[in-house]
Parts: sequence; C-alpha cells; structure tokens
Amino acid sequence: MATAIKVENLSKIYRLGEIGTGTISRDIERFVKTKILKQEDPFLKIGETNDRATKGSSDIVYSLKDINFEIEQGDAVGIIGRNGAGKSTLLKILSRVTSPTTGKINIKGRVASLLEVGTGFHPELTGRENIYLNGAILGMRKREIDHKLEEIIDFSGVERYIDTPVKRYSSGMYVRLAFAVAAHLESEILIVDEVLAVGDAEFQKKCLGKMGEISKGGGRTVLFVSHNMAAILKLCENVIYLKNGIVESIDNSYKLAEQYYNINDGTIYLPSIENYSNKGSKLDICKIELINNRGGKCIYMNESIVLNLVIDVKIELLNMVFGFSVKDKNGNEIFFCYDYENQEIANQIKLGINKISIEISNCLNEGLYLLDFMCFENINYQERDSYHLSNVLSFEVIRKNVNIIVDRINKTLINTRSCWKIE
Amino acid sequence: MQASKDNIIEEWDLTIEPQTSLFELNFKDVWRYRDLLWMFVKRDFVSFYKQTILGPLWFFIQPLFTTIIYIFIFGGLANLSTDGLPQPLFYMAGITAWNYFADCITKTSTVFKDNANIFGKVYFPRLIMPLSIVASNLVRFGVQMILLFIMMGYYAMNDASFTITPAILLFPVLVLLMALLGLGLGLIITALTTKYRDLAFLVTFGIQLLMYTTTVIYPLSSAPEKYKNLISLNPMTGIIEAFRYAFLGQGQISVNTLGYSALFTIVVMLLGVVIFNKTEKTFVDTV
Repeated sequence: MATAIKVENLSKIYRLGEIGTGTISRDIERFVKTKILKQEDPFLKIGETNDRATKGSSDIVYSLKDINFEIEQGDAVGIIGRNGAGKSTLLKILSRVTSPTTGKINIKGRVASLLEVGTGFHPELTGRENIYLNGAILGMRKREIDHKLEEIIDFSGVERYIDTPVKRYSSGMYVRLAFAVAAHLESEILIVDEVLAVGDAEFQKKCLGKMGEISKGGGRTVLFVSHNMAAILKLCENVIYLKNGIVESIDNSYKLAEQYYNINDGTIYLPSIENYSNKGSKLDICKIELINNRGGKCIYMNESIVLNLVIDVKIELLNMVFGFSVKDKNGNEIFFCYDYENQEIANQIKLGINKISIEISNCLNEGLYLLDFMCFENINYQERDSYHLSNVLSFEVIRKNVNIIVDRINKTLINTRSCWKIE
Repeated sequence: MQASKDNIIEEWDLTIEPQTSLFELNFKDVWRYRDLLWMFVKRDFVSFYKQTILGPLWFFIQPLFTTIIYIFIFGGLANLSTDGLPQPLFYMAGITAWNYFADCITKTSTVFKDNANIFGKVYFPRLIMPLSIVASNLVRFGVQMILLFIMMGYYAMNDASFTITPAILLFPVLVLLMALLGLGLGLIITALTTKYRDLAFLVTFGIQLLMYTTTVIYPLSSAPEKYKNLISLNPMTGIIEAFRYAFLGQGQISVNTLGYSALFTIVVMLLGVVIFNKTEKTFVDTV
C-alpha cells in the first residue's frame, strides 16, 4: 500500500528558560554564524536529549531527535510515551502548527488535525454558528458543513441547545459539540491528540467508535496520541513509542503495550512492613507483583492473572492465611481470594524468603482495578494479628477483541461466559 | 532513473520542511480557506453587538462623540480652519477615514499574540486572520460611512457649501490603500513583536500621535508652507485629502501625493507579507 506520511530525520530543538534579555545577543550570534559565515548552527551542536528529570548542562534541548518513520495509507497508528517524550511536538509539526528545526515530512492527502477540541469556539455565538466557525477553522468549506449540519447536530446530542450561545453550555456539552464537528471532517489523514480525556464515559465510547469507523471503515489514516493504552489498543494496529524525543520502538500495538506497561508502571516494590505484630516484625513483604500468565504486564480480558508474592518470614508462623481482594476503581470489592480452605501453602512456608505465586482466573471486564492484600493468623477460627494493606497496586484490564463494542457489557464489572443452545 | 525519482517527489501533496523560500506565499491556500475569512468577519460582527440593546448602533456612537469633542476643542477653542466646510462634516470625514486605518493597524499588530491559542492548536493560512480583521473593520467603516452620508444629506438640505466631485470614483482605491497600508504596517509590527514585545508599547500611543501628523483635524491648505512637505510625508495625508476632496470638494489632491501613498503602501504591504510569512512558521515557540 502507498505511504501516507513519511518522516525523515526530523528534529526539533527548544530553548529552555525565559526569552528576554540575553537572548538577543545569542540570536545575533546565531544569525551571523549561520547566515553570514555559513557555519553549522551552534545551538544544534550543544543540544541534548530531552530528559526532563535530569539537570542538563545546556538550555537547548532536542524535543525530537532524528525521528524516522513511515505510515501507510489506511493505517491507524498510536503514539505513546511519557510526559515530555515529544508526542505533542510531533503532532504539532505534522499538523503544521510549528515547523521542524531539521528534517523533512512528506504527506499525501489532506490532513485534519485535532490537537484540542473546540479550537476557536466563540462563547457568544450559538452552537450552530460555532459549528460553521469551527468547521471552517478545521478546513471545511461552507458547502461541506451545510451538507453535514444535521448529522453533526445529531451526533453531538445537544440539539435542544443548538441555538443557544455556547457560553451557556455545560463543559461536557461543549466538548460533545466540538468533537461532533471534528468527527465529520473529511480528510485522508486525521491527527488526534488526547482529546478524549474529556466528556463522560458514554461519549468517550462514542468518540472511539467513530474514530474506529473512520480508520477501519473509511480507509483513512489516523494518528492518535494517548496515555490511555486501552484506547490505543482499540484503535491502532501499530504504535510508535517515543522516549525522550527518540523513537524507542515501532511495533505491533499488543507487543508494545507489554513493553510500555513494563517500563511505565513496573512492579510495585513495597517497603518492608515493620511492626507487623506488637512484638516486632513477624514477616516482611518484599514484593507484590501482578502479571499475566505469559509473564507480561498487560492484562487482557479472559486472560489469567498471576500474583507474585515475596515474603521474608522472621519467626515461625502458625496457620497463616494470605488473601487479597480486587476492587473496582470506586473501591467496591468485587471478589476476595484466600488460601483458607487448603492450608497447603501456609504449611509449606519456611523461615526466610518465600516466593508464592497465585493464579486467578480473570472474569473482569475492561477497566481499572485496585488490589488489597491481607494476612492474618488463624487460631481456632479466629483472626489474630491481621494485617491489611489497602490499594497496594492498581492494574488495568484491556479488551483485546475490538469488534464487540456493546455498551451494556461495558457497564458491568464481571464478564461471564455463557453457552447458548437451541432445541 | 532521474525521471522516476522526480515522479516520486511529485506524488506528495504536502512537504513540511524547516526553511522555505522567502517568497513562497501560498496564496492558493489562502484562497482555499476563503470561507473561514468570511466566518471570522461574521463572528466579529455578531459578537460585537451580542447582549447589547443598541446593537450595531454602537458603531455610530464613537465617531459621533469624537466629532463633537473635536468641534468643541479644535473648532471652538483652537479656532482651526476647516477650509470653509461645516465643522461636523470636516471632522467626521477625517475621523472615519483615519479610524479605519488606525483600527486596521492596531488590531493586526497584535494578531499573533491575541491568537496564539488558536494558532498553536490548528493550522490554517495565518494570513487569513489579519485579512479578516481588515475585512471586519471594513464593515464598521461602511456603517460609519452611512453616518457621514446622513450628515451630508442633512447639510445638503440646509444649503451648506460642499460639493461632491468626480474624484468620488477614486473611493474604492482610497479604501484599498488605507486597508493595505494598515495591514502591511500591522503585519510588520506583529511579526516583530512575537519575540520581543518592546514595539507593542509604541503602537498604542504611536497611532494616537500619528493622527496629529496628518490632516484629520486641520486641512493641508492651512498648514504653513515649511511644514507642508513634512505633513505630506505621512502616507495617510494624501489619502485623507483625496477622501475629503471626493466627498466634500475641499482638499488637495494630486497625482504626486496619491502616487507617493500608493508606492509607500505597496512597499509596506510586500514587506509585511514577507516578514509575516517568515515568522508564522515558528512563532508558536517564541510568543
């Protein structure tokens, strides 16, 4: 298939700190060196990679450095990376908001970019007037908007307010209207920054659905930046992973998701828990780790979860019971697992380091979950010296199957398998 | 081999590179976004009188009050000549023309700063924005011209001494010159103030002072001979004099003064567009 976007040796430098006195002398220096003496730009030499956490020796940084990639027509490509990795800079250059310092981008087809929803909305104008204004800003002709007006209003779901100034809108309605305009852009390439972070869950689904429709059904190229891995997995086959302004890897989105979760969140190492009982520490919890059954950090629906637990036992324990509970993001407990009935594990625990792994069948629906860990001594069926660790870690369950987008399922917590027969 | 390579290059619709040629102005792109220009004009006009009772009537108030004050101070107290014209007509004509030019220059001179938010989020030909400012000011100018016509009608019925001359055919040219002059200067200022804001302070009071160096409150004919050439150096002098001559029959119109204004305008406009074009690429990083 033909290439839609080709990026070659793209770099962008930024100057840190304030622009003010002192910069003019450097501007003159730079001008004289590059334009009159035809030397290499002095600032490009001293530029450093953009690691925001460490202090650099120079105030010139590469926000992007030697970026190379190609995107084929009809592909949906995600761009991920931590804050300051250069995602937004890349999108800005692609959408011609700012220009690169070096390098070249070739694009085939009309580009519509959505770095923000509702750019140029005027609060005094009505919804209808703003549709025209915003549409024109995004590059639509008036005829095109006339043609799609009904569809846009319908998609936004704010028909009743359409002739009211948008300053009277709730922020959600505002975003709905804005996205509705953007979703109806007719362009071969759509560039979307994290605009889905706003709006209610229902509307987010609608947006993702619409964008999926654009890329899969419409055969258009979509570039999508998000921190939300679940959203990226839904839309994109391939992902570009940026790190400190450099392309770390370009790969299939599922493979890359593993890598991303490994780097991003990783294992949560807990400090050793002192004073577990009154007489000093009975055991330290060294590590609690949650992985999928293939050893990766990315948990898909219907895929077993493995919980790895490392404990350092200080004194001999009697009838220890370990358990954990899984809660949804609002803190409602969904289920609780423990080894109370079979005491095999508890009986095998010895002094020193013990590694325990627990496999849980995963019936969770997609979403964010929290985990509580607890242990107690079971003496004559009574809890003693119980210890409870709340929210030790959080994890995300991701839907792998993109085709089933059923709102009703998504609202539930548990995802069961049912077998249907007809006689 | 070379031919096939050229073919590949031609396939791209758009190439983004750091440096483009100084004169690559991309008017095709501006033309493609002409609907947006119209939307901006409509936005400016509609949002101006939203939630007001008098609505577009407010366009009249400012020139009307300014005229009254000028009649009082320059006509009444300072006794400046008005070339035999009724004072309200004389001042009104000058103010209407000057205001259009002044509005164009002050509004376009902050276009990068005011629209940094939109410009930072979406691409459209940046020139659309200043062009839309000039166009929406044209609407305001049109409304104020109506006020001038009403006053002319009133004085015509009361046998005042003014005449409309055939030079009125020059009116579109005069408007175009004022618009382009204001736009050109505004573009230069906005491009120069993206990084260093110093110049912006000059604009606000500079325009005010500049008005006294041209023939808004006095006729060129009443100026002492040694200052005449100095006053004519202001490119607006030729335009305002021609404007007054066209509508009221008093004023000094000549090919020389108008030619000078036109030449000045063209140079400023070209310079403005080139500088603006150069700045628009990266101003987002420095504004």
